[in-house]
Amino acid sequence: MSDKPVTEMSFEESMRALEQVVGQLERGDVELDASISLYERGAELKKRCEEKLAEAEEKVAAITLGENGAAKGTTPVEGM
Amino acid sequence: MSDLIDEDEPGRNAPEFTVSEISGAVKKTIEGAFGRVRVRGEVGRTMLARSGHLYFDVKDQRSVLAAVSWKGQVSRLSIKPEEGMEVIVTGRLTTFGSQSKYQLNVDDVVVAGEGALMAMLEKRKKALAGEGLFAPERKRDLPYLPEVIGVITSPTGAVIRDILHRLRDRFPRKVLIWPVAVQGERCAPEVTRAIQGFNALTPGGAIPRPDLIIVARGGGSIEDLWGFNEESVARAAAASDIPLISAVGHETDTTLIDYVSDRRAPTPSAAAEMAVPVRLELLAWVNEQSARLSRSLGQAVSSRSQRLHDIARALPRPDTLLEGPRQKLDRASDRLPVALRHMTTMRRIQLTKISAGLRPGILAAYTPAMRLRLESADVRLKRAFTATTITQRDRLNAAERMRQTLGYTETLKRGYAVMRGDGHVVTNTKSAAKAGMLEVEFADGKMTLGKKPKAKSAPKKPAPDQKSLF
Repeated sequence: MSDKPVTEMSFEESMRALEQVVGQLERGDVELDASISLYERGAELKKRCEEKLAEAEEKVAAITLGENGAAKGTTPVEGM
Repeated sequence: MSDLIDEDEPGRNAPEFTVSEISGAVKKTIEGAFGRVRVRGEVGRTMLARSGHLYFDVKDQRSVLAAVSWKGQVSRLSIKPEEGMEVIVTGRLTTFGSQSKYQLNVDDVVVAGEGALMAMLEKRKKALAGEGLFAPERKRDLPYLPEVIGVITSPTGAVIRDILHRLRDRFPRKVLIWPVAVQGERCAPEVTRAIQGFNALTPGGAIPRPDLIIVARGGGSIEDLWGFNEESVARAAAASDIPLISAVGHETDTTLIDYVSDRRAPTPSAAAEMAVPVRLELLAWVNEQSARLSRSLGQAVSSRSQRLHDIARALPRPDTLLEGPRQKLDRASDRLPVALRHMTTMRRIQLTKISAGLRPGILAAYTPAMRLRLESADVRLKRAFTATTITQRDRLNAAERMRQTLGYTETLKRGYAVMRGDGHVVTNTKSAAKAGMLEVEFADGKMTLGKKPKAKSAPKKPAPDQKSLF
């Protein structure tokens, strides 16, 4: 189990951690106390995953270019 | 001028041109008549002058066309003409008056024919592969769920639409489109700059830096796709810090960028599929994990409670545990007062027995008996003492009589005398003669012969009146 705070995990990290927690719990060779804290961690990870999944916002913008051809800014793109 | 030509004697009154005039006229005519032309041919001898101008020949089986690109034009050529290359050159036909030559001022060279292009592509591939840019270990994993996706493509057309649609279906994300020309000579430099430009963005800056780049273009002829075969594009893609998916043309069209990109997608839609997972599937997955989590915790608790139950059943009831000892206690507590009484009685009997003998009478009887014993002992002591005294006196008397009988005094009574000289017994004449004074002792006393002794010696006989020890 990694020591990284759940709130700093990427979606993939929290997915992997959640999978591990579920696997550990399902093997059933964990102390009851430990399994309760595992469960709590699992719930936290699940929340994190759901949060990341909820960030499903579409935003499309096109880069506007300056005279030298470098990115100057963005303009929203709609209707595609 | 036409009336002059109609003269009977042509040339007689013809105006004279200077060489430069006619050269200039020819130049004007040629430039005016042809303007910009495209010429296809094989590159012949090429010569890059020290000045930076490039001179080369374009030829076919029968003719040769001199061609020149000025220094400024050379740098803008997308292809450097090489001998043997089948090309289409574009430029203005003009003359070179100093040598009475006409030539093509070339500002664009493209490779003519697929075979020639493929040969050139192979050459580039070999060179880049030699540098290790295609190595599988250079390929990086794509982020599982990128936050921002940078798409380098034409801002209009089906490609960007397909990508956005597919992204929306799977997992809506932030998308930054870097508009570029996807064919023509502007394609390669723009795509190169776009890849570099996305990489140049600072994370957390005003324009979000993508964590994944898709370079996409729809299908087309090899010439259309040629921009993505340019070395600058391939090098920019290889140098990109941001993982890059190439999706150029159809699956059968493999361009140079496909070899250096981290993943190659057969179509723009496929690139979108590689870029993001399906959100709904992930939601389902998370829910399933959550269910498994709760189920396994529930099982952990219920299996333990079952076990506890089983163990508890095997545990004897406290009542059972106590029955035996309780019975023992009952029995013991029943017997306790009896035993106590019994013991008291026993002890009392014993005491009575013992104390029965303990009476003053016993002591009273004891005292006279002892007195009797004392008295008798006293009598016996006195008697024994008296008896002992008498015996000892008798023995003393007997001894004294013996002493007197055996002593010399008795002998004296029978007429013997003891002669002493100077206090010592004299036993012979010799010593008698030496003695100064002689003393004779008889039974009834002593007498001195000769002169008187200086000191009277004590008689040797023991005192006759010695008292008894008792």
